[in-house]
Amino acid sequence: MFEFYTLLLFCIIAAFIAVETRNLLSAVICVGAIGFGGSLLFLFLRAPDIAITQIVVEVLGLVILIRATISRDITFISGDREFFGTVVSVVIIFVIFLAGIIVFKTIPPFGTPVFAQVPDSASQTYISTGLEKTGAANLVASVILDFRAYDTLGEATVLFTSIIGATVILRRRAKKKLEEPDA
Amino acid sequence: MKGMTVVVKTIASWVKILIFLFGIYIIITGHRTPGGGFAGGVIIAGSYVLLMLAFGRQFAEENLPLPLASRLDCAGALLFALVAIVGLVFGGSFFVNFLYQQQLLPSKAFQLISAGTIPLSNIFIGIKVGASLFLVIFTLSVCCKDFKPATPAKEKEQN
Repeated sequence: MFEFYTLLLFCIIAAFIAVETRNLLSAVICVGAIGFGGSLLFLFLRAPDIAITQIVVEVLGLVILIRATISRDITFISGDREFFGTVVSVVIIFVIFLAGIIVFKTIPPFGTPVFAQVPDSASQTYISTGLEKTGAANLVASVILDFRAYDTLGEATVLFTSIIGATVILRRRAKKKLEEPDA
Repeated sequence: MKGMTVVVKTIASWVKILIFLFGIYIIITGHRTPGGGFAGGVIIAGSYVLLMLAFGRQFAEENLPLPLASRLDCAGALLFALVAIVGLVFGGSFFVNFLYQQQLLPSKAFQLISAGTIPLSNIFIGIKVGASLFLVIFTLSVCCKDFKPATPAKEKEQN
């Protein structure tokens, strides 16, 4: 677990730098470092499916963010912070921290899942009968596309709707057609 | 954006094929190795983003026109829902894995053709995610780069 906690510390430090730095490009690079550290964390937790998805989405998002940062004129954040906003955020973070201490006392220690100890729980059923019920060697695929396929359908719907919204709001073709009769 | 230098263009023209093939591999073996439709679709969209960054936006749009991309997006979503509805018709309930449960296909673990409808769903989700992420990145880059809408329209009128 030593590597895991080292990576976790690395991610936390990168998050602090990403928030505190005034250079936009370094903030974006720190966000990328958090993402790649997160994908390595998933690998240490033995979740290669999530690790692949995380690293791929991270690369794509980082490319967009860096391109958007470079094309800006001002790449530095200027101006001081407001006193009231800083106080409010510090108080909120402190309250969440206190609540987190209480919550973390009740959950089981890291690496011992609760449902692994219950024989008839859903996860144990998936692990023991997943191969014979779906025929898929990858249990993650059998869960997300057979046992829990409704979730995947909802996820696909969310992605579809968000992309419809983005393309409708950001497109420029309709504006041109409106401008043509005037010109 | 006219694209990058000759070095980047030459390397990108070789690497784009490998990235695209790797995306297809991740999609079609998603039911036996780690991966699946979502990750493979994002990799395929990444190969088009590489094209767009290296050769310019116009080249990428000639390779995958925007109407075709939006049609692929809709077709992927529709076909994924169709798999569920065919399960409702033949298997008795929504999203039932009818190809596996009724032994319509030879199904042996770790084979490429196995697990019934899971590879089909993976392929459709891959098409959908790849096309939609290409669309959203394309629209975002159009929005960021062409912030002066007056000049390109005038050039087109002169031509």
